[in-house]
Amino acid sequence: MEKFTRLTAIAAPLPNDNVDTDAIIPAVSLKRVGVDITALGEYLFHEWRFDPSGKPIEDFVLNKPQFAAPGILVAGRNFGCGSSREHAAWALLYAEVRCIVAPSFGDIFYNNCFRNGVLPAIVRGDDHAGLMRDVTEADGAAPMTVDLEAQQITAPSGEMYGFEVDPAGREALLSGLDDIAMTLEHEDEIAEFQHRHAAVRPWLYNTRFRVKASD
Amino acid sequence: MATTLFDKIWDEHVIRAMPDGKTLLHIDRHILHDITSPQAFEGLEAKGRRVRNPELTAATEDHIVATTPGRDETTYAPGAEFIRAMRKSAEEHGIRLFGLGDMQQGIVHVIAPELGIALPGSTHTCGDSHTCTVGAIGALAIGVGTSDVEHVLATQTLKLHKPKRMRIEISGALGPGVTAKDAILHIIAAVGAAGGNGHAVEYAGAAVRALAIEARFTLCNMSIELGARIGMVAPDAATIEYLADRPFTPQGEAWDAALAHWRSLATDDHAIFDKEVAIDGGEIAPTVTWGTSPEDAIPVTGAVPDPATISDPGRRATKERALDYMGLTPGTPLEGLAIDMVFIGACTNSRISDLREAARIAEGGRVAGGVRAMVVPGSSTVKRQAEAEGLDRIFAAAGFEWHESGCSMCCALGDDLVAPGTRCISTSNRNFENRQGPGGRTHLASPAMAAAAALAGKIVDVRKA
Ligand code: SF4
Repeated sequence: MEKFTRLTAIAAPLPNDNVDTDAIIPAVSLKRVGVDITALGEYLFHEWRFDPSGKPIEDFVLNKPQFAAPGILVAGRNFGCGSSREHAAWALLYAEVRCIVAPSFGDIFYNNCFRNGVLPAIVRGDDHAGLMRDVTEADGAAPMTVDLEAQQITAPSGEMYGFEVDPAGREALLSGLDDIAMTLEHEDEIAEFQHRHAAVRPWLYNTRFRVKASD
Repeated sequence: MATTLFDKIWDEHVIRAMPDGKTLLHIDRHILHDITSPQAFEGLEAKGRRVRNPELTAATEDHIVATTPGRDETTYAPGAEFIRAMRKSAEEHGIRLFGLGDMQQGIVHVIAPELGIALPGSTHTCGDSHTCTVGAIGALAIGVGTSDVEHVLATQTLKLHKPKRMRIEISGALGPGVTAKDAILHIIAAVGAAGGNGHAVEYAGAAVRALAIEARFTLCNMSIELGARIGMVAPDAATIEYLADRPFTPQGEAWDAALAHWRSLATDDHAIFDKEVAIDGGEIAPTVTWGTSPEDAIPVTGAVPDPATISDPGRRATKERALDYMGLTPGTPLEGLAIDMVFIGACTNSRISDLREAARIAEGGRVAGGVRAMVVPGSSTVKRQAEAEGLDRIFAAAGFEWHESGCSMCCALGDDLVAPGTRCISTSNRNFENRQGPGGRTHLASPAMAAAAALAGKIVDVRKA
């Protein structure tokens, strides 16, 4: 996974609440892309960017020339609610949007971001309103900086804001380590757990749907 | 100490605390589907890793499949590479696959409990947000992304922050014509689409206890729509009756031992929840959504609200956008709103009891002119059962299409789509923009409400139909 430490980029405002994973990456693009996820970036917010005839919808923020390639989105409440599809995080990653700032996130999406080098930063209440105003007023003329180590945002105006981030996710982004490898270091404990657990709950282990049924 | 259903299962599955504050939790059951597993297997293979416990893993093909009668893996071309990938991975890793053509194929959350793969007291995961459905039998079932699918395949564990506990108690009884679907839509409207973020929800109370297990699946299914990754109901006599003699439930002595465990799982009196919500079951009306978030749910007797009354600008803009997308104006009554399509299906409402309910309304009627209505059973097992009961003939006589099982129009990944600009009443769980097809407009409702709307050609109150 790509590390995330510090990012200076143009931030686009997307104040809508409850932006769901189907909006971030519509089903139709999953079908077009197939199993090659690197092409997902092209389809980020596809149905918001284009009308059914394929014409760009001019007043959608990411269609404005100054926001053609934002590295950051400043979004509304409950961003990424809905589906577990990691395609939403992949679409952001491959579109090079590496950070979303919002007051809250959908739980599964929040977790998926950390696994893919995308920072979901939480800024609440008045700070969020202030940052949204700042980014909207800057209108892409000045970049914003998000420093994960310091947990600090420097808005386009120079105003500073702190942000919240899950400490485990922060560690993962800063280190870029292989999560599975870290768990596999505990393989002995997993095996020992299963041994102990199977003794008290044998029906959970002696499954009858396995390819080679053992009973 | 008094403990909750959730804590009992969680605690039993803790392997260790991780240095980053998460818990390493054992996963007893892992079930895969066609859309969210190819990258997980790719990741596994890139690192030369194996599936740690194929005997605890199962798979199905449901999302990107055709549902036209007589379909196979070639019927829907864009799905072919997903199906191929699924079959290859299942074969190579020794995973039992309930694929197209298998008697037991179906929507992942429908077949997991229907076949007895999912069990009370177990931890259960799937790369799909509606895995919470399975919590209805008293499992700790949690939806994950593809990175975590890979993690479970490789380690049979998940690393999770322990969620907070939330109890939603529905007291009293649901009125005539009011179903679990109406109850959960009502709840989401009450707590909001983010009201359960970070929480594991337990549904309790007299009205929940009175629900049949299939209705409890409907209730738990939409937990994620209130932001909770986990929704649960404590197992009781009805749960045990439901699970008895399912194809893969434990048999003989194992069954007896399992029962003793399942009976001990209910939340203890005086257990503490971080958040409690009380709902009066008698207050719930047949409920329908008007907007593009499941929280936009109102009684069918209600009218589309006016966003101008919302003071928060972000929220107001969101609801204005929803109205615009749905082609509605404030004050429009839901009753009488003309519909073009009807979808009865999805892991929310595609089990046999749902189809019986819809058939009861459809029987002897006729789908209104210009309306396309379709019924898509949740599994091949449900389909056979419905056909044995003659439900397919009732639907066909009334002018409904009868399909093979799959996710179908719920997610528009196959070729069943709501046409742009048309209005669909749907028993699925998401009314997001474009969810059921680009430009499609979705109104979520119960199977009975959907069937009644099909006959009337417009949204009607099933209590008067
Ligand atoms: S029926 Fe819909 S919600 Fe359920 S698993 Fe399929 S796509 Fe997801």
